[in-house]
Amino acid sequence: MTAPIHIATATLVSALDEQAPLEQVWARLDLVMDPELDEPVTDMGFIEAVSITSTPDQNTSTVHVSFRLPTYWCSPNFAFLMAEGIKRQIEVLPWVAQAVVTLQDHMAAEEMNAAINAGASFGSVFADLHPDEDLAALREKFDIKAFQRRQEVVIKAMITMGFLPAEILTMPRALVEIAEFTDPETIRQKARYLAILDEKRLAPSPRDLAFPTYQGTPIDDYATYMGLLRSVRINMEFSGSLCRGLKRSRYQEADLSGDVPILVDFTTRTPTHACR
Amino acid sequence: MYVTPEGKEIFVLDGHAHFWDGSPENQKNIHGKQFIDCFYAYHTGLSPKEELWDKKKFEKYSADDLYQDLFIDGPDDMAILNSTYLSDFYKDGFNNIERNMSVAKKFPNRFIVNGAFDPRDGEKALEYIHFMKETYDIKGVKMYTAEWNGESKGWRLNDPAAYKCFELCDKLGIKNIHVHKGPTILPLNKDAFDVHDVDYAATDFQGLNWIIEHCGLPRLDDFCWIATQESNVYGGLAVALPFIHSRPRYFGEIIAELLFWIGPEKILFGSDYAIWTPKWLVEKLWAFQIPEDISAERGGVQLTDEIKEKILGLNAARLYNIDVAARKAEFSAHPISLAAE
Repeated sequence: MTAPIHIATATLVSALDEQAPLEQVWARLDLVMDPELDEPVTDMGFIEAVSITSTPDQNTSTVHVSFRLPTYWCSPNFAFLMAEGIKRQIEVLPWVAQAVVTLQDHMAAEEMNAAINAGASFGSVFADLHPDEDLAALREKFDIKAFQRRQEVVIKAMITMGFLPAEILTMPRALVEIAEFTDPETIRQKARYLAILDEKRLAPSPRDLAFPTYQGTPIDDYATYMGLLRSVRINMEFSGSLCRGLKRSRYQEADLSGDVPILVDFTTRTPTHACR
Repeated sequence: MYVTPEGKEIFVLDGHAHFWDGSPENQKNIHGKQFIDCFYAYHTGLSPKEELWDKKKFEKYSADDLYQDLFIDGPDDMAILNSTYLSDFYKDGFNNIERNMSVAKKFPNRFIVNGAFDPRDGEKALEYIHFMKETYDIKGVKMYTAEWNGESKGWRLNDPAAYKCFELCDKLGIKNIHVHKGPTILPLNKDAFDVHDVDYAATDFQGLNWIIEHCGLPRLDDFCWIATQESNVYGGLAVALPFIHSRPRYFGEIIAELLFWIGPEKILFGSDYAIWTPKWLVEKLWAFQIPEDISAERGGVQLTDEIKEKILGLNAARLYNIDVAARKAEFSAHPISLAAE
């Protein structure tokens, strides 16, 4: 039996081939997460501009992506993970020779851009700011949080459907796969949860536990475990809400619905998604 | 004084307020500009629309503005002014102790002014602690562990140099150590995210109170863990509380966690003025109840009137030995006005 998520991925890939180059780039960008928030950089409105330049023979292209973050101070290590993710995801496209990533309006923009586009490591560039920084360990830490946050959404949705906590502990993956949800956020997080299960090879068979811990062990005590997932979510939501608010304020993207726009809105307001 | 809809008078001690100068004239470099811009983004990002200030006033407001917003329009009875230097960013410091003292002198009995020091200054830091105690008789200090100092982009509470300073604070009776552990305005040193140094310092200095501003958010679980273990660790609500307007359910989850883990005696109200003004924060807090489902997930914790009163003032009053009944009587005998000087 093939898990539905695999079919979905296959469909997505074949659809990609038929997309215009710019759309293909945006589809790859959708796969880059803000590591701290586990939300796509595209949804967060971080991508400022995308452009493609081609060689005269049109065989290979260079993709330029510029992005910006909610504050001038956003942590360089997080910014680096995102820049690296953008470059890697775009260079997966067969027609792309090179992706050039530019971080804008950031205190470490210059060093960051030079490092990313030269393929230098984070540690070599930011040794003074982040001594002993282990980016792989940081990435793993964020993977754990992303896994836990997605898992909480799906567990809560199963409980809402009428399953008991004891059933959650022993539920096979197949049951979650066939579960049909109506809430769009639950549907989105279910797909993302199954994807991370696959990526981490945590439940390869439909009979495997749908809700293991990140370490692959069964959940020991339901209430304690859900307490842990809740605290992970509270921390991530704090950062997420602040980031959205700060970014809106920084770039004057205030929701003006119902308000009369003033001159400043036309001069400095940036339509984040209009370029898409 | 906050008067509840039922007519009860609540003593409000605002645990976290500023009298800063972030104006272009005081900015030393681009970092100074970006720092106040970032504060302004917090202000516009989380305030109700009708509470928004223009940028110029936000950069530098007057002592009268401060007094008006906290005590006349706002419900504060007293407020703690924390000093923050950021000398690498601002010519005369962001809000140095002299600036805070000037407003405290202008409006007597309303303010508690806390000092600040940088342990990386070594002997000079120790001398400065002596100076602040002798000159201003400070009862507390505000620590900014992510502050830049030349080549260094941050420090930890359990650095040996910091321990020397805390030993001196303990000896001189500077009992309340406020520490910024929250969203990282200056996220340059990864330790700035981390609250674990609080654990060491609070264990090693049992005689000091450690007030963790912003409850370590976004590291609430780590903070709760430490504050549950250490009886001398407190949580300041600044930055967490404004969510009560834009995302009340989310605030409910934060306050439920805090009540469940650290309990009602160790949570302190703070407006973080001028990022936010206390009037709407206090009104909304008084009207707030933790949603039932969230409370149920956390052992049925409730935000009762009694608990709100502790958070709004009684807890901080205990830390600073404020006689609430005496202050209430004094303030009602001398009604506030801007002409009071």
